[in-house]
Amino acid sequence: MASLISSNRSRGVKNSLAKWLITLGGISVLFTLVLIFLYLLYVVKPIFDSAQIEPKVSISLDLTTNEKVLSTGVDELQEVAYEITETGNIDFYHLKASAPEADNQFTVGDNALSMSLLSNEDFNQEKVVNVVNSFSANKLLHTTKGKTLLIQPSFYAKYANDTREIIPQVNYPLGQSSLIIDEQQTPLSQLAFAMDDERIVFVAFTEDKRLIKTSFIAEDDFSSSSDGDDVEYETIFQQIELTDDVIDEIKVTPDLSLAFIRSASTVYVYSLNDDEEVSLKATITPTLDNSDTYLTSMALLSGSSSVLLGDSSGRVSQWFEVSTESGRQFKEIRTFDANDKNSQASNAITAIYTEQYRKSFYTMTNNGMVNVFYTTSSAHLWQGKLSSAQPEAFAIAPRANGLIIIGNDPLDASNKSLQAFSVHNEHPEVTWQALWQEVWYEGYPEPDYIWQSTSGSDDFEGKFSLVPISFGTIKAALYAMLFAVPVALTAAIYTAYFMTPGMRKKVKPTIEMMEALPTVILGFLAGLWLAPLMEEYLPAIFLLFIFLPLSTLITAFAWHNLPNNWKDKLPETLAPLLLIPVMILAIYAAFSLSGVLELAFFNGDMRQYLTNDLGINFDQRNALVVGIAMGFAVIPTIFSMAEDAIFSVPGHLTSGSLALGATQWQTLVKVVLLTASPGIFSAVMMGLGRAVGETMIVLMATGNTPILDWSIFQGMRTLAANIAVEMPESEVGSSHYRILFLAAFVLFIFTFIFNTAAEFVRQRLREKYSSM
Amino acid sequence: MNKWFKSGSPWIWLSAGGVSISLISVLGLLWLIASRGLSYFWPSELYQFELTDQHGAKSVVIGEIYDREQIPVSQLAHLNLALDPEQEILERLLIKTGNRELVSLDFRWLLSHNIQKTQTPKDLVVVERRTNGNFYGFIESVVVDGKEVDKNKLSELLTRVDNFQEQIDDLQKSDIGAINYQLERLRLKTRKYQLQDKLTPELQAQIDSEIATLNQEYALLEQELMGYREEISRDHIVMRAMDGQLVTINFEYILKVTFNNQLNIIEKTGLFFSHIASFLIEDPREANTEGGVFPAIFGTVLMVLLMTVIVSPFGVIAAIYLHEYAGKNAFTKLLRIAVINLAGVPSIVYGVFGLGFFVYMVGGSLDQLFYSENLPSPTFGTPGVLWSALTLAILTLPVVIVSTEEGLSRIPSAMRHGSLALGATKAETLWRIILPIASPAIMTGIILAIARAAGEVAPLMLVGVVKMAPNLPLDGNFPFLHLDRKFMHLGFHIYDVGFQSPNVEAARPLVYATALLLVSIIVALNMTAVSIRNKLRERYKMLEH
Repeated sequence: MASLISSNRSRGVKNSLAKWLITLGGISVLFTLVLIFLYLLYVVKPIFDSAQIEPKVSISLDLTTNEKVLSTGVDELQEVAYEITETGNIDFYHLKASAPEADNQFTVGDNALSMSLLSNEDFNQEKVVNVVNSFSANKLLHTTKGKTLLIQPSFYAKYANDTREIIPQVNYPLGQSSLIIDEQQTPLSQLAFAMDDERIVFVAFTEDKRLIKTSFIAEDDFSSSSDGDDVEYETIFQQIELTDDVIDEIKVTPDLSLAFIRSASTVYVYSLNDDEEVSLKATITPTLDNSDTYLTSMALLSGSSSVLLGDSSGRVSQWFEVSTESGRQFKEIRTFDANDKNSQASNAITAIYTEQYRKSFYTMTNNGMVNVFYTTSSAHLWQGKLSSAQPEAFAIAPRANGLIIIGNDPLDASNKSLQAFSVHNEHPEVTWQALWQEVWYEGYPEPDYIWQSTSGSDDFEGKFSLVPISFGTIKAALYAMLFAVPVALTAAIYTAYFMTPGMRKKVKPTIEMMEALPTVILGFLAGLWLAPLMEEYLPAIFLLFIFLPLSTLITAFAWHNLPNNWKDKLPETLAPLLLIPVMILAIYAAFSLSGVLELAFFNGDMRQYLTNDLGINFDQRNALVVGIAMGFAVIPTIFSMAEDAIFSVPGHLTSGSLALGATQWQTLVKVVLLTASPGIFSAVMMGLGRAVGETMIVLMATGNTPILDWSIFQGMRTLAANIAVEMPESEVGSSHYRILFLAAFVLFIFTFIFNTAAEFVRQRLREKYSSM
Repeated sequence: MNKWFKSGSPWIWLSAGGVSISLISVLGLLWLIASRGLSYFWPSELYQFELTDQHGAKSVVIGEIYDREQIPVSQLAHLNLALDPEQEILERLLIKTGNRELVSLDFRWLLSHNIQKTQTPKDLVVVERRTNGNFYGFIESVVVDGKEVDKNKLSELLTRVDNFQEQIDDLQKSDIGAINYQLERLRLKTRKYQLQDKLTPELQAQIDSEIATLNQEYALLEQELMGYREEISRDHIVMRAMDGQLVTINFEYILKVTFNNQLNIIEKTGLFFSHIASFLIEDPREANTEGGVFPAIFGTVLMVLLMTVIVSPFGVIAAIYLHEYAGKNAFTKLLRIAVINLAGVPSIVYGVFGLGFFVYMVGGSLDQLFYSENLPSPTFGTPGVLWSALTLAILTLPVVIVSTEEGLSRIPSAMRHGSLALGATKAETLWRIILPIASPAIMTGIILAIARAAGEVAPLMLVGVVKMAPNLPLDGNFPFLHLDRKFMHLGFHIYDVGFQSPNVEAARPLVYATALLLVSIIVALNMTAVSIRNKLRERYKMLEH
């Protein structure tokens, strides 16, 4: 008895254990779907986050109030920052304390290195007027007497005891003595430069109002030595003609090809490519809001194509060269408003700082407001105040994930402080607008929808418009449906309503077998067999659209006129089988006639005729190929579900209709199809869902070019194929990677809607049938 | 006529036309793949064409006829052919001429108009080679160890080389491969100890001595290998190509020499089957465009088996929950919608999910935890066979659920009630009564899932498939099953060879053969599943009465 009770108890435990396990297993299905949804969302979400800037470290500097700071900077890891003062001193500070086990102990704010840059006798205790930045790490110091020195603050990492220490140093790429930029050695009022390995180009405005260009051409290579004393170069001095006698700002593009020279509210663009003559390429005169608005600052955007102009009303405009009917011209592309969103007042832009590798830029207005923008996506990423007043020096960290600002110490007004900020701005190039609206990309004649995610060069402007690939998806799906729906639905109607049960038992699984065929095989046949075949016999394909229905009707009419005893031997229920040889003959006829038609109407080659005479572009792998191949892939899906829906229409409905004298066809159209229409609709939806997400067929049967064109003779790129092509090469966590996840998410939502709608309709229909 | 239209009969015939088109396309597709795939294995006739071109220059071309094409004369106007003005269409032949060391292209178009004479010489041979593709020509002489011998000795010499080749393969794959694998493991072991600060001098000495022994063994094996290599490269044949050039082919590179034109139908059939066999069991050669597809078959099967192990319990349990436990409420409806959606989500989305979630998130964490000695080179944090199996398991989950549930719903409820009335608990009823009866339905679901998984390519491209895997995921080195390895897959093989290979034209027959293999596997699986299901339905019908 006791054993029975305990065994009963254990049976009960097992029973409830099984119940829990099975319930858990059942719920895990829902969990999986939700997990996919949430995971995709989790990866996608960061691209829509706006930028964040947070203070990290503040260091008070050991400087007297009247010693001006001219420049600042930081290493890639943001562990050591530096400032350069007007006396020509450079001081490096630790932004991060050393690890406890490190040999060399220091805390935040400790001085890492201090030195005088102007130790050479050339400089003779002169003060530095300006420190000119370039897109590289090099900086050019320029003194009151027109002496110049090229320096490169640099950092290397030292590893010891499993700890890393960043060691700062200063290199002199051209040696420590002054460089001769002006042949006549007059002091300079404005100076800009850019350099690559072989060449340095300076453009300067002297105090005696000459605009000059000076080039240093390396014998060998400027990066060959670190101390620069043995670098040999040739100097070319050139004078640039100029009408204005005041110049406010000069910029030289990093590819050494253009100089932008701003004089009040006009910007002159000079081409620097010629060592003989510097020619004026263009003049930019921005239309300003009103007469008392004027330009206040200018900056070059990364990639040396665009120039940014800031004005006194707090507006920044982006300009680049665009090819127009009258040649290449600089055009205003878009503007950004840097004024305080919460007030009406306008504040002048005092400075524009651009990132080294991306198209982001920071603006400073005269009330100390900082704004962050991204040009391509027109994104306004951040607005706020980082310091109480105008900073003396401002620098963006090399990886664009931090800022250094030097200004008066907010706590102690008599002192100066260096403030480091961390910036979270990983995906500024992605906005809703950049993904779905026309964007004017650099070098394009007008705004356009472009998908071009990668290119060989570093300063490439990523073009992430989802429009062309979404369009491609819809185009491919529609052409497929155009082909599949008529065939699948007619086949479903016949199979469900007119076919004998014996034949239906054979035909239905055969057509459904097609669903099991791997799409990679359909795609391969489409790309390597159908596409060349179609190119060769193009007229035949169009003939087929006439021949197939026509031959069917002729056969039907012939059968109608057959003597009755023949009709008994070949009953109408055998129609599909009777039609097979007829159709094969029709196909053969179409292909045989193809060559004749081409000779007669298309000068022997329809494809050539299309491109040469009609000007229609023809891709070998085009929408027609995809339509047919993907049509075959979705026929079984639509066929199977539509057939089920028609077949399960209750029999008494049709019997009633037929009893009232309606013909078979009338019953079908007026009763059966009407009743089954929700089911047919859901079948088409399912088919559409499948066509939208199909990858391999479109990947193999189209040229995968992301173009916006409805032409049946052109290819397309779909969301799914785009993911398959680009995902393996995209860098994890990059904007590109996340946008591909977004593409997957869009597909997921697309098909989710189609499937859920179709399923709802089907469930409703099932209830309806069961109540009949 | 009007009456005929009114009767609706033409429309009925048109709808019958839909069925006919579907049937033609299914059967036509299968026929196309089968005929093209099988003709790849058939030893074809070798031809010798004597040509005279429009300038009167004579030449000889040897090869197989690969394709024929009709082209309108107007397109050839630039050639200034002396043609009959009545003639509008000309025939053009695509000839596979091989001999890649002599001409850069394997294929050549010939206008039938230029062919003066077509012959099939009996002593024309095709030499299948390890590199450079086929060679077509006549055997001029057979040279053994520097001395010319009788041509009849050829087959004997080939057998000898084959034996050596087999030994070389054994040596390279199993013995030397194992030593390399062990050396790599020792290196990782050292690094692991270093990371954990446990590397004592004794351990280091032990590892060093192991490495030394392995290196010694390696040196011995290498010597043996060199010996074999010398043996097989001893002899060569001299071939005369179509333009009369003499080419020396070392036995080292020869796979097979066949006199296609001397074969009768029985010999050809034999050769046909031996070609099929070597296609199935050999490794690919020449960037996958020649040789067999064994690693792809193996990879597909292994991945699908792993997937089956994962998907079966989950699918069956979920189906049991839906049918036996779930109440008729909104939550169940939600679950059903989830199942339908899992079935409808595009496969590439699963690939993206698998790549992000399994590979980078789960795999990346696994690497951090257990394989830190390998970092920065990832172990599981990179696409591999396990992640592929998991991704496809999610993809095929609804297939198993739907099929199992259908089976469950066909079991008459009287059987459940009977069991419960006799005092069995619900779990016991399930285990003893329901599951055994439903097992064929579960089987059907699993087979359909396998068929689906075997043909799926898009997600695999992201989570683990490669064009050429150096090692199989299953081998003789501990732990035998390497779940982190990448693998080859038949479907991807089709895509890769058909679309990414440098010589698509030459590779196309192989792609058809691979496609035929894949289609046969999938059609066979589906037919099995369907027939099991049909039998099952009949049995349930009997149960109901």
